[in-house]
Amino acid sequence: MKLNDKRSIWDKLHLDLPLLLALIAMMVASLTIVYSASGQDMAMMVRHATRMAGAIIGMFILAQFSPATLKRLVIPLYCLGLLMLVGVLLFGVSSKGAQRWLDLGITRFQPSELMKIAVPMMVAWYIGRNHLPPRALHLVVGFTIVMLPTLLIKEQPDLGTSILIASSGVFVLFLSGLSWRLIGFLTALVALAAWPFWHYGMHAYQKQRVLTLFNPESDPLGSGYHIIQSKIAIGSGGIEGKGWLQGTQSQLEFLPERHTDFIFSVLSEEFGLFGVCLLLCMYLFIIGRGLYIAVNAQDAFGKLLAGALTLTFFVYIFVNIGMVSGLLPVVGVPLPLISYGGTSMVTLMAGFGIIMSIATDKRMLLK
Amino acid sequence: MLKKRPTIRDHSAEANLFARRAFVGFVFVTLLVAVLLSNLYTIQVDDHQDYQTRSNDNRIKVIPIAPNRGLIYDRNGVLLAENKPVYNLEVIPEDVDDLDASLAALTQFIDISEQQKNDFLDDIKNNRRFKSQVLKARLNEEEVAKFSVNQHKYPGFSIEARLARYYPFGDTLTHALGYVAKLNKKELSKLISEDQGTNYRATHDIGKLGIEKYYERLLHGQVGSQRVEVNNRGRIIRTLSMTAPEPGHDLVLTLDIGLQQIAQHTLKDMRGAVVVMDAKDGGILALYSNPSYDPNLFVHGISSKNYKALLNPDRPLINRTTQGRYAPASTVKPHMAILALEEGLVTEHTKMWDPGFFQIPNVEHKWRDWKRWGHGHVDVYKAIEESCDTYFYDAAYRLGITKISDFMAQFGFGDLTGIDIHEETTAILPSKEWKEGRFKESWWRGDTISVGIGQGYWTATPIQIANATNILVNKGEHRPPHLVQVAKQEDQVTPIINEEKPPVILKDAKHWQIALDAMHNTVHKTTGTAHKAFKGVNYDPAGKTGTAQLVSIAQGERYDADAIKERHRDNAIYIGFAPYNDPQIVVSIVVENTGGGSSVGAPIARQLMDYYFSANPVNLLSNTGQQ
Repeated sequence: MKLNDKRSIWDKLHLDLPLLLALIAMMVASLTIVYSASGQDMAMMVRHATRMAGAIIGMFILAQFSPATLKRLVIPLYCLGLLMLVGVLLFGVSSKGAQRWLDLGITRFQPSELMKIAVPMMVAWYIGRNHLPPRALHLVVGFTIVMLPTLLIKEQPDLGTSILIASSGVFVLFLSGLSWRLIGFLTALVALAAWPFWHYGMHAYQKQRVLTLFNPESDPLGSGYHIIQSKIAIGSGGIEGKGWLQGTQSQLEFLPERHTDFIFSVLSEEFGLFGVCLLLCMYLFIIGRGLYIAVNAQDAFGKLLAGALTLTFFVYIFVNIGMVSGLLPVVGVPLPLISYGGTSMVTLMAGFGIIMSIATDKRMLLK
Repeated sequence: MLKKRPTIRDHSAEANLFARRAFVGFVFVTLLVAVLLSNLYTIQVDDHQDYQTRSNDNRIKVIPIAPNRGLIYDRNGVLLAENKPVYNLEVIPEDVDDLDASLAALTQFIDISEQQKNDFLDDIKNNRRFKSQVLKARLNEEEVAKFSVNQHKYPGFSIEARLARYYPFGDTLTHALGYVAKLNKKELSKLISEDQGTNYRATHDIGKLGIEKYYERLLHGQVGSQRVEVNNRGRIIRTLSMTAPEPGHDLVLTLDIGLQQIAQHTLKDMRGAVVVMDAKDGGILALYSNPSYDPNLFVHGISSKNYKALLNPDRPLINRTTQGRYAPASTVKPHMAILALEEGLVTEHTKMWDPGFFQIPNVEHKWRDWKRWGHGHVDVYKAIEESCDTYFYDAAYRLGITKISDFMAQFGFGDLTGIDIHEETTAILPSKEWKEGRFKESWWRGDTISVGIGQGYWTATPIQIANATNILVNKGEHRPPHLVQVAKQEDQVTPIINEEKPPVILKDAKHWQIALDAMHNTVHKTTGTAHKAFKGVNYDPAGKTGTAQLVSIAQGERYDADAIKERHRDNAIYIGFAPYNDPQIVVSIVVENTGGGSSVGAPIARQLMDYYFSANPVNLLSNTGQQ
């Protein structure tokens, strides 16, 4: 009986075919929309495609690491990440009022991106070592693991990323079986903490964004401009959309940040509600597939990590779409797999690489 | 408190717990997607119309396009007012690399004043950076050439052409044509109240004077528009649709530029007015007021220095032909004679003795004739030919002011002639009512005497005098004066219809001929006051001289005591027509402070008629045959 007979070529390559196909479909969609949103800028398309290729290679490489290897890398990765975050605050490079980058000589590096992977890994590893559901002590340690980098990133300031990282850690705790009573209690606590946070924890521009959210028309030329123009783009798209390359809001540059954070508005304007539904279905499929892999993962570490990464992927989606359609404040989160921008693409694909590693690892052990 | 915990992990229980949580997670995800979708549904379906409208408001702008102003031609098709491209040096700030350096370099070969530079810098500060701003308007050819050669060194700088009004004959036509200049706020609000605001959206200039003002509506045309798509910075991306503007009507005048030039030429540096009228239809052949000024100065905004220069005692801004109020003097004697004949005070053969003065019975004051020793026995012909004052003092005295003023009103005195420019005054035809209204004084008998020779309170404008003469030569038929013949738009020709005015009807139409014959004699008899001036002409003129003993024109709101003495001399006046048998033209001439209607006025009339009849020769034989 040959072990390898039952394994498909995809298993050998440590790739999950449905997930891979969905991701490639998303990238094709991304290229299509970025082409329109960039004003048919071919140089930008080349850069975008190059990054995608890089991200796919990165995903493929990470998929080759077995979960066991990943477990060994957890502590060094997390500690390195923390060190670099401290480094950013001390010697980081500033841009647009935020200090997020480390200058490595040849390239700039954003340590918070590393933490998007390292934090859920670390928490999943720590919680997964013990019985599920976790004990109170493990929870406290788990929270600490999450909150340390979260607070460091919030200081940069980068509210969007800190929310993503906090949620990735919290999802591990949730999936590990955190009791509902505790969840209720913590939710109440967060609600209570919101008031002092609003007064002391937020930067003026962040407050402005929240205020603008509730009444964007109050400042149509200032901070409300983004949201108003974005809603005009989405709304004027209607059911069928204006057609590819025909979106006036985006092509005539009324829409800000149209190829990055506001790319969803471009899609909505040009492809209408049909395009939006199609996109959301794709996302739901990816999330469903991710959770399916998580449920079928071999051990707690794999389950928690795959589940948390998948749910975090959804946070991106929800925060971005909520933001551009006026449900949430503008926090600067890109639309995953669609927005132009290398860092987010590479990080996300790295996450999917890990999920694929978990998916194929399970099949290896099944005999 | 220590709780006993199982040492071996229950993997299936843990897997179940995780699966439940993952399921809950997926349900949450689905719920939140539903929230997003319902919100997007509201925006994209329920509120679609609203956002669609706002999206179009964002991108579509309507840009008005100014119509081309109608051109103005003389009766022979000579262009009198045209639209010429002017070249402005304009700058698009966002395309300029180093504005200060470029400006400094440009001033080496284009003269840019501090004022222009500062205005320009203000303009860029107050406008979007992609919008073109004028740095210097109206470059001359040399500047255009110099800049064009160096244009590549100045990115963002360019020469732009725009149409601006130009009057090729300059000061020859100013008082008739008027001019256009920049539309001001007051005019704009008036246009808006007349529902013309939209029509003038793209228009820079408006008629301020003369024909340009009177026919503004016809000349202007209808604004066009362009629907364009703009981006978020307002830059035009493409044109969606366009409605072409409808150019204004071209106007063909009754003026003859040649005659107008003769008028200007003959007046030289004398202050005065010349009106030449087509006797057949009242069309004005020449309308010239001296001194004049260049209307082109006003088109692009006159400098205060140039404007001050126009406020001199010679008053070039006044249109003397229609606003100059002069005593008509002896030129009204033919009319006065007709009235005396009509009233039966005299007949064709009545003779009176002129001792050289007139006296009201029992009054000591003597009204003197211009000929101190008198004209001897005078009948109505001689009275007109030699311009005997005493004859008309007597006639006026016996007629009384009311009859005179009622009769003269029928010839248009004391009223606007209705010529198609707004700059016109009624002047004064005195009457009892007028004097009571004006001076709160009753009319004295003595006031009537000098009215008999067109003086006293009586003033008239040269156009009124021309009009009254034209009624006379047409034996009562009134052909109101006008400057515009037809308006043309593409192939469509619209004649300009003039207001009709009632004719003057005499009890005995023979009286017309008496006055006209006397005017004929004035030129042809050796004793006639206009005989010398018309010696040897090859057409058959008639006329009447006048010499007004006046201080100056009566518009003197700015009466200068020092100037009065210098300007104490008489005004020369002349009215004339030709040919005698079938009048084609009528002239009316007033020259200020030169004295002598026969020595100054008549020679000018001759030059005008000579020109007119050399261009329009008359068949003298056929004319004589008609009689």
